[in-house]
Amino acid sequence: MAGANPAPRTLGRLAWPVAVLAGLGLAFLVLPLVALVVRAPWGDLAELVTRESVLEALVLSIVTAVLATAVCLVLGVPLAALLARSAGWAVLPRRLLRATVTVPLVLPPVVGGIALLLLLGRRGLVGSALYDWFGISVPFTTGAVVLAQVFVALPFLVFAVEGALRSADRRTELAAATLGASRTQVFRHVTLPLVAPGVAAGAVLCFTRALGEFGATITFAGSLPGVTRTLPIASYLAMQTDPDEAVALALLLLVVSVGVLLLLRDRWVPVVRG
Amino acid sequence: MTPAGPSSGGHPVLHADVTVTRAAHTVAAAFDVAPGHPLAVIGPNGAGKTTLLAAVAGLVPVDAGGVRIGDRAVDALPPERRRVGVVFQDYVLFPHLTVRDNVAFAARMRGSRAAARAAAEPWLERYGLTALADRLPGELSGGQAQRVALARALAAEPDVLLLDEPMSALDVELRDDMRAELAAHVREFGGATVLVTHSPADAAALADSVLVLEGGKVTQRGTLAELAADPATPYVRRMVAASGD
Repeated sequence: MAGANPAPRTLGRLAWPVAVLAGLGLAFLVLPLVALVVRAPWGDLAELVTRESVLEALVLSIVTAVLATAVCLVLGVPLAALLARSAGWAVLPRRLLRATVTVPLVLPPVVGGIALLLLLGRRGLVGSALYDWFGISVPFTTGAVVLAQVFVALPFLVFAVEGALRSADRRTELAAATLGASRTQVFRHVTLPLVAPGVAAGAVLCFTRALGEFGATITFAGSLPGVTRTLPIASYLAMQTDPDEAVALALLLLVVSVGVLLLLRDRWVPVVRG
Repeated sequence: MTPAGPSSGGHPVLHADVTVTRAAHTVAAAFDVAPGHPLAVIGPNGAGKTTLLAAVAGLVPVDAGGVRIGDRAVDALPPERRRVGVVFQDYVLFPHLTVRDNVAFAARMRGSRAAARAAAEPWLERYGLTALADRLPGELSGGQAQRVALARALAAEPDVLLLDEPMSALDVELRDDMRAELAAHVREFGGATVLVTHSPADAAALADSVLVLEGGKVTQRGTLAELAADPATPYVRRMVAASGD
């Protein structure tokens, strides 16, 4: 009788303790965001987000995160190519290179900020020469915000692009060569389009990481309204004086981050399809 | 753009005499291939067949000897200047380009996108790909992908055509039909053609003569009938026996 048979075990089913813990983990990720949305001062939101201080922080955040992402693309794609190529190197230099790129990922951002200050501050390793010779002082400028963001966000882009480079079939490049493509043409017509989804994914990660940057920024660039006070810093400061404004700022950050994710996802999906 | 005849006088002879060392293995072989008389390189897995093709195409460095196409010594030339077309194993189509742009690729490297697409039209037509022209490689069957790979290679108008296990990515039921179709296209190309395979059936259908490669060395060469009459090694004996089934 069919009724006597035990229900077939399907491979997709999880053991219940695993399922419960997975549910808890998911809830822990979602509930804080739910609280943020539920408790947001919706009635005053229009007034809060149009305040000069909020708009200033929003514009500064977007401008610096875009610049940081651009710098990361210019430096990060070649660095990813170097990292992918290093697979053929001796063990020591290969590991050293990988470790160097990984450090900002595991380093507390405040440490990154202090390190940047010691390099580029007026008395820093390079900063003192910049100041003495050219009168350039990097810290506590909008440029310093961008540098702090590049420092923490660059590894995200590098690893995303490196993954794409490694998984691309090298034989497509050889096929292109047999069809008359020079090295430059192979890179432009084959390699780059094949890793474009990885570059796009890396750019999104990079942008959102730069947008949320706090520790390195406040240490290296400070909190000057309109110059270095980005959304996360403004939100943190407002929490102590005007919690409603802090929540509005947090909501703005959430909207921009998720918005960028959705916007770019549609852009790169057609490329992945092939 | 008329197809070249089976013994077109316009195509040069391929002379190869190469020694290639890859990791711990050395592959050494010398052979000439006349236009219109395809050669099959046959041998067990790991014999170095694909490495031999890569050496002719310029995709791996040659340690000793060299490759000549007609009176052109091509050893100093990178792959993009050798005029050697390759149909790779599993075809290796460009996954981000449509069938049309895959076939137009060689022309695109020399000119505008519009000119390249126009130049690809007759090739798409000749290989029955017009209806598939806007598809991406991921949407093709194995047989269709093989046609695209062949059209892409021949649209570059190479002097020499190399085919690496062209039937291995196809379903077994399809192979007999596709083999006949491929043989017709190879005859139509008319230039020097080298086919790498481990199947005597492919060799019989596509090539005039056979070169047996075992452990990086040539162990026998001749027509399949000559190999069957006097097999030089146990591998050749097993191979010709299996092909008689």
